[in-house]
Amino acid sequence: MTISVRALLGASALCTLAAMANAETTLTIATVNNGDMIRMQGLTDDFTKSHPDIKLNWVTMEENVLRQRVTTDITTKGGQFDIMTIGMYETPIWGKNGWLVPLNDLPADYDVNDLLPAMRAGLSYDNTLYAAPFYGESSMVMYRKDLMEKAGLTMPEKPTWEFIRKAAAAMTDRANDINGICLRGKAGWGEGGAFITVLANSFGARWFDENWNAQFDTPEWKQALTFFVDMMKESGPSGYATNGFNENLSLFQQGKCGMWIDATVAASFVTDPSQSTVADKVGFAMAPNHEGVDKRANWLWAWALAIPAGSQKVDAAKQFIEWATSKHYIDLVASKEGWANVPPGARTSLYENPNYKDIPFAKMTLNSINAADPLHPTVKPVPYVGIQFVAIPEFAGIATDVSQEFASVYAGQESVDDALAKAQAMTNDAMSAAGYR
Amino acid sequence: MARSVTTRRKIVYTVLAWGVGLLIFFPILWTILTSFKTEADAIAAPPKFLFFHWTLENYAVVQERSDYMRHLWNSIVIAGGSTLLGTVVAVPAAWSMAFVPSRRTKDILMWMLSTKMLPAVGVLYPIYLMFIQLGLLDTRTGLVIVMMLINLPIIIWMLFTYFREIPGEILEAARMDGATLRAEILYVLTPMALPGIASTILLNVILAWNEAFWTLNLTAANAGPLTAFIASYSSPEGLFFAKLSAASVMAFAPILVLGWFSQKQLVRGLTFGAVK
Repeated sequence: MTISVRALLGASALCTLAAMANAETTLTIATVNNGDMIRMQGLTDDFTKSHPDIKLNWVTMEENVLRQRVTTDITTKGGQFDIMTIGMYETPIWGKNGWLVPLNDLPADYDVNDLLPAMRAGLSYDNTLYAAPFYGESSMVMYRKDLMEKAGLTMPEKPTWEFIRKAAAAMTDRANDINGICLRGKAGWGEGGAFITVLANSFGARWFDENWNAQFDTPEWKQALTFFVDMMKESGPSGYATNGFNENLSLFQQGKCGMWIDATVAASFVTDPSQSTVADKVGFAMAPNHEGVDKRANWLWAWALAIPAGSQKVDAAKQFIEWATSKHYIDLVASKEGWANVPPGARTSLYENPNYKDIPFAKMTLNSINAADPLHPTVKPVPYVGIQFVAIPEFAGIATDVSQEFASVYAGQESVDDALAKAQAMTNDAMSAAGYR
Repeated sequence: MARSVTTRRKIVYTVLAWGVGLLIFFPILWTILTSFKTEADAIAAPPKFLFFHWTLENYAVVQERSDYMRHLWNSIVIAGGSTLLGTVVAVPAAWSMAFVPSRRTKDILMWMLSTKMLPAVGVLYPIYLMFIQLGLLDTRTGLVIVMMLINLPIIIWMLFTYFREIPGEILEAARMDGATLRAEILYVLTPMALPGIASTILLNVILAWNEAFWTLNLTAANAGPLTAFIASYSSPEGLFFAKLSAASVMAFAPILVLGWFSQKQLVRGLTFGAVK
């Protein structure tokens, strides 16, 4: 009897040990719904084959829901996610607050020095990388080569705003429903707010001076906003005050825009014949600057993978991040879905790859990303990091309000002066309340 | 003498009723149509109404990418569970307010309704923290409780309105015959208020099914219902309206069918007692 009990105990102990050896780690990954992320979900077999003890659970969310969801979780230490997809806005703020696991011990074969310098800088705080870029983007001009030719103009590689305005007017053909230029006007800090901020940067404006005083009362802002409103009135689509990325993408793909200045990642959509009617007629140029201003309207953004501090599964999470943002993953996508579909804008080696150089928008994407400097976003000095945003927690709220004021100018309900005065007052109030000034 | 209705008037009313009905139904119809289009047709301008290349591809993609059945099951458990639990709590509460009102009954009713006026996000953090402590995050149990609490004021109000229509004398008669309180509620009140209770249940199932704040914020990989399923197809960078429409149709189809079969009950319940 005793022996059988012992045997049973021994057997069960062995079973437990065996079970522990095979214990699966389940990683829950919060992510956004975009083409590159969905593609990665389809390719995870490659990871789970080499890591049979790690199981992946995906939670895909709309961008704003994701931001709200992961912010709630990380600030309350909810522990719902082992890996979070976050952007360049959150990373330095969360890194500073100690909410993320630093990624400072990546293995040599990961080759952290291969990450594009602008991406690495934007995803670091105090020179420590807190999120690994999965893909990155800047902004550039996408234009219709045929319409440009018809207008008798040639797009320079580095156009000025003045040229863009002239070309837009020349390309506009209201009778045939062709707008010379399509740009974002939609309220929201990441929509129209992002665009008007880079446009203002390229006119020499800035959000704050060194003492966190709002700068909307400066001539640069007035000039920038007036220029934008006038150009859109001349050559933009009606109702542009509510157009964001997707609305402009749809207009451009249907041949209703002469030019569109937006995320470099849009290049792969507008040149894809399965969804774009103008796929073979698109040319690319650098984002413009105002004549005499040494800053272009290039923004910088990355979707990156980060691990919340306090996670119990840091090792497994790091292994996944290393896989998803590696050179090997880029090769994997290229071999399965072609070079045009690899996640762009994260690694230098991609742009040195001869196979990728044939992609029509590759060079311009790289040049645009390299032109963006998140540490020095404006002509005059600023106390913040970030180009189309200011990397402080209060920015999202303030910029959403400001962009709403601007959107009412675009809709013809308010004057440029009134909107700027309101923006100045509300920004200073919010910054005083938050203790910056 | 009954008022005669002319044929012309009849036609006008019929056309008007159909017009309003179609207007209300149009967004649903458009979503259904878009779900059968290619992504290029989905954004075509001018929009294509019926003459486009019909495809089931979006449904295939959605099926392949997401675990629809798990989300559906979560929706059924959360909507059904919270409504049943809510009804069990609300019947006695509405009974006491309708038949043995006190001086403060009206205030209590108003106070309950006022809890619906608070923006949900205002209590997100306290609830989130409580859920962490109780281990309820991303569980169906947690969502059943939250949904029940959210809809409870509506359930109580609706039941209260129906119960008030029932003459108290009938319950008194039951009591005279020696019925206990339990027997009175179960065997006298409930059968008489059944249409009202049924429509309350139906309406609350629909409300819980469609709720998209708590179900998105309190779930992750396990307990996400169909609202989380739809949300995962909304994209800020890229035009995936056809796939989003297919996911939406799959999410609202069950509740649409339920509504279709019970429309008589719903209409009767919603109008009964509402007009005084």
